[in-house]
Amino acid sequence: MFVSPLREPLINGSKDYHQITDDIARATEGRPTLPWLLGLGLSSTIMLLGFLMIGLTIWYGIGTWNLNRTIGWGWDITNFVWWIGIGHAGTLISAILLLFRQKWRTGVNRAAEAMTIFAVACAGLYPLIHMGRIWLMFYIMPYPNTRGVWPNFDSPLLWDVFAISTYLTVSLLFWYIGLVPDFATLRDRSKAKIRKAIYGTLSFGWKGSSKQWQRFEAISLVLAGLATPLVLSVHSIVSFDFATSVIPGWHTTIFPPYFVSGAIFSGFAMVLTLMIITRKVLHLEDYITKAHIESMNKIIILTGSIVGVAYITELFMAWYSGNIYEQYAFMNRAMGPYAWAYWIMMTANVVSPQLLWFKKLRRSFYFTFFLSIVINIGMWFERFVIIVTSLHRDFLPSSWSYYVPTLAEVGIYVGTLGLFFTLFLLFARTFPVIAIAEVKSILKTAGNQVIEKMHKQEMESENPATVE
Amino acid sequence: MAKKKVLYGVFNDDHVLLDAVRNIRAQGVRIQEVFTPFPIHGIDEAMEHRPTGLHTAGFVFGLVGVSLMFLYMTWINTVNYPLIFGGKPFFSFPAFIPILFEVTVLSAAVGMVVVYFVLNGLSPIRQKPVIDPRSSDDKFIIAFSADELSEEEKHEISNMLHENGATEINEKVL
Repeated sequence: MFVSPLREPLINGSKDYHQITDDIARATEGRPTLPWLLGLGLSSTIMLLGFLMIGLTIWYGIGTWNLNRTIGWGWDITNFVWWIGIGHAGTLISAILLLFRQKWRTGVNRAAEAMTIFAVACAGLYPLIHMGRIWLMFYIMPYPNTRGVWPNFDSPLLWDVFAISTYLTVSLLFWYIGLVPDFATLRDRSKAKIRKAIYGTLSFGWKGSSKQWQRFEAISLVLAGLATPLVLSVHSIVSFDFATSVIPGWHTTIFPPYFVSGAIFSGFAMVLTLMIITRKVLHLEDYITKAHIESMNKIIILTGSIVGVAYITELFMAWYSGNIYEQYAFMNRAMGPYAWAYWIMMTANVVSPQLLWFKKLRRSFYFTFFLSIVINIGMWFERFVIIVTSLHRDFLPSSWSYYVPTLAEVGIYVGTLGLFFTLFLLFARTFPVIAIAEVKSILKTAGNQVIEKMHKQEMESENPATVE
Repeated sequence: MAKKKVLYGVFNDDHVLLDAVRNIRAQGVRIQEVFTPFPIHGIDEAMEHRPTGLHTAGFVFGLVGVSLMFLYMTWINTVNYPLIFGGKPFFSFPAFIPILFEVTVLSAAVGMVVVYFVLNGLSPIRQKPVIDPRSSDDKFIIAFSADELSEEEKHEISNMLHENGATEINEKVL
């Protein structure tokens, strides 16, 4: 098989198949390490504090938040959109890059998909809490009922219910289908009886016969084909929540593509944050390499630039439309009471990703890690700016207001961060963090030993004199 | 379940395995199954597997899901409880599109996954034994059903496996 010597290896350390199994399965075996325990303790404590704040909100009602008649959406919906957006990178890596046959996805897809599922779970909490009377949430389900009313199928908020629940279900299924063969690997290595039984159950009795693999490849491809338009639809529908309203600053047709690229942008930042830590803590440096980081950084430049163009287009359209409300909304964003948030957003999302044009920076783990945090913050501010600055000065100046979150709102946000990291830490300890079977399948085309050999042959054929 | 005897050869490399499958089949010997730690390109052709019908199942599930949802929403909005939302017609098809799309994806995906598990005989409770646990790590296995093989035939198959690069040959009762 010919492998281009120009390709950078995606697996280092001249691994063989057995070593790959060992390296990836090691994280789930043996005693938990101290940093893992500390991390879990910290994140689960934060998670419990968040649950306490959710409890307070449900007990006393939405009055525990600083929302008012003018500002009906605040941190809550900001966080919802932020988390949903983060989820999108996982699906992009697992589905779109599968269709594009990108080999580097094998190193990061498992963890990125896990991130998707946990992020969507965090996101889903917010609309549920925001309902106020969460015990009535079954009202959104369209089943024949004695109340004699149906949900409104023309409402983007109901579309959201369908989009998010479909997204969560399909991502979960896709993830699990990929996990089944790897659970079988863990089962077959297990010595302890209970461990074998647990992984045996999780593996669904996978045997790895050629017929099973044939169906595995077929279903992976079709699920990827289904998940690709799905991931684009989910954030489009989230953007409809805003775009179909008549609020200046929201009522624009640019929203769906702008939200989708923003989502992928922020999602990749979160993948980078997680993977740079994971590769160090779980000693997976040979599998998550500089080449992986660089590939992801390239996607960040692309989507970050699209986001930047979208911001500027919004400004241009506000001016060009001649609509004074639209013009005011954008003047107010950039120079009003929330200007500080707008300029944080502009700096973090438009300026900072452009630094990645420098090869040195986009191949640096430290810089990438720092930048990924900056982008996460920037993208949170994007949603905050879109939601709060568009609302806080509405059509009637007497009802203008300034919004500051309460402790409960901040607590719930921090609490979902705790929930997210708790789930991720549990995942990193019990599941194969890298898709073992998929990495094995690219070893012969992307392992460093293969590429170095090709490189050597190339050099020799160009320079016959050096053969001796 | 009746006990089944298998005779199997263990290989260390996916390319060696693929060639072995081709050679053994070319000599007219029936291979029961091949077990590998990851999917190998070309094994479907070598084993002459029929293409899987999973895609069709997904299409059918998606079609059924979207049709039912379309009828359901139309019935609700036009027959069961017609309500005017924002001055739009009762039957406002464009507003149905997002939900119809999501339901198509959901029913196709869920249906396909169920079919996938059933066809592959995968279940959390009733599980069949694995021939060799190393086949999910770094070994590639060609297995023959040995119930009806005479000693002579077994010997012949073992030789064939050896010639084609098997590193060990075992017999097992499952």
